[in-house]
Amino acid sequence: MAAVTSVGETPLAVPARRQVGMQAGRRRRLNLFRYVVFTVFGLFFALPLLAMARFSLEGAKLGTWSLTAWRQIASYTSSEGIPPLISAVEITLELAVITSAVMLVLVVPTMIWIRLRVRWLARAMEFLCLLPLTIPPIVLVVGLGPIYDKIAHLSLSALMLFWVYVILALPYAYRALAAGLSAIDATTLSEAARSLGASWFSVIVRVIVPNMWDAVLNALILTWALVLGEFTVAFFLLYVNLQVELYSISRNTPDAGVIFSTSTASLLFAFVLLLILSYVGRRRRASRG
Amino acid sequence: MAVAATTRAGARPSRAGHRPSVPPWVGTVPFFGYVAVFLLWPTGIVVYDAFKNPAGKFTLSGLTALGNAQVRGYFIGSFKLSLISSLIGAVLGAILAYAVASGNPDGVIRRLYLCVSGVLAQFGGVTLAFAFLVLIGPVGLLFHASWYFSFPWGITVIYAYFQIPLMVLVFLPAIDGLKVQWREASESLGSSAWQYWRYVGGPLLLPAFLGALLLLFANALSAYATIQAWEDAIPYTVPQQIWTSMSSEVGLANINYADALALGMVVLVAIVMTGYALLQRRAARWLR
Repeated sequence: MAAVTSVGETPLAVPARRQVGMQAGRRRRLNLFRYVVFTVFGLFFALPLLAMARFSLEGAKLGTWSLTAWRQIASYTSSEGIPPLISAVEITLELAVITSAVMLVLVVPTMIWIRLRVRWLARAMEFLCLLPLTIPPIVLVVGLGPIYDKIAHLSLSALMLFWVYVILALPYAYRALAAGLSAIDATTLSEAARSLGASWFSVIVRVIVPNMWDAVLNALILTWALVLGEFTVAFFLLYVNLQVELYSISRNTPDAGVIFSTSTASLLFAFVLLLILSYVGRRRRASRG
Repeated sequence: MAVAATTRAGARPSRAGHRPSVPPWVGTVPFFGYVAVFLLWPTGIVVYDAFKNPAGKFTLSGLTALGNAQVRGYFIGSFKLSLISSLIGAVLGAILAYAVASGNPDGVIRRLYLCVSGVLAQFGGVTLAFAFLVLIGPVGLLFHASWYFSFPWGITVIYAYFQIPLMVLVFLPAIDGLKVQWREASESLGSSAWQYWRYVGGPLLLPAFLGALLLLFANALSAYATIQAWEDAIPYTVPQQIWTSMSSEVGLANINYADALALGMVVLVAIVMTGYALLQRRAARWLR
């Protein structure tokens, strides 16, 4: 399996304790090296974010502080015919919910079903799920043009983006779910449930899925993170989601503080989501070990 | 509860009596159908249309366009940016990954860096360009870098911001896989730190490193949002040129040209990712 480690998937291998038996001199040098590295990289990672946060708190005069940009998130409307910012926020959140719901309904039962009954399709499914990693969104979107022309006949809403977003999120969700499914003995569980008279539906929904809750949550959060940050597809298909909205505002009024406050807010939101993820992952490992 | 279960179970045999005539693979049809429509079909359209002219006739002109000097320039631009940003990201990321791996496996620093890397590796896009704009751009808070809008160095610094975390995530398992015993064995045989890395650690990590490098390369190659928000007037890379050719306001929009560019990218990314998969398999030998 082409294991591309992605968001929040912390590597499972627990390294051996390296420092035991190390010479004192080497340990000192190693620690010095580590602290220098952590400081330098810490600054590199923190400074742009801090700069953005500072800019979002900029007052009318340079160097003053104000909360205006944060209050504007709810009310900001640009004059050039761009929809109000808050509607883009709503659309994006709704997209995240719809995409993750469709993803779960489509992928989870299929995956379990293939694991239990149609093993010979497992490789095909894995291949298709990981394929979007090798087809850049920018390429996919070129081919999607004609398909979205047809969808536009049915509905013009930006919510229609969910059809592609499911595909974009597929590799991340698949790997999260596959890890969860392979960690449980699905065959034995299903045989036990079947011999007690459960239908296949309840085998999947009431027996297997509750045993891989963490993986499902994992897949859900990864999908959310992806949808919140998606720009390319929406931009090319001329839909307005949060990122496209921020982009358009920045083109029209480059000094609009609201783009920095909204960016900071969405980033904080992503951090919180992934913190939950890493917490859940740790709890799972702790309860098993 | 028990009663309900019995009735449901009791109803079963009548249905279980005659085997269902539907083969089990039918259950997978929705999934494969969905993927076919929204993944395989669009990809097929790209490949198919790359061989057509605007009138719908079969032609190789889209592909020959890939050979002209201007288009080659976009591919070279993409290649340059991807190569430089992946090299920088891989080397710095490997150093950071080593620093993270050599600490306490349950320590705060390791968890913090992993979690942050998880977020930042995905933090491409518009927001990232904003962040660097206000840090080192023309209105920068830290300093006003004259090279901020220079290609490829200005954008490489921005790309490093998500390439380094991605490298940490991908490369950390490989470093964790280095066994202490190997180091101890080479030390007890009298090797210096340099000799250990030259003859033991380095060769062991090399396939994983090269694999990760290729992954970073593909990642930079397909990135689009960041560079679009960084500079939308001058196309330097293939994705930007695809956008220009699709959105041209002067009536030059040529979808088949965009398709040919897209096909070129698919081929490039497919080659790189195949290399990644092969190297990953090679590296996996040591990661037991």
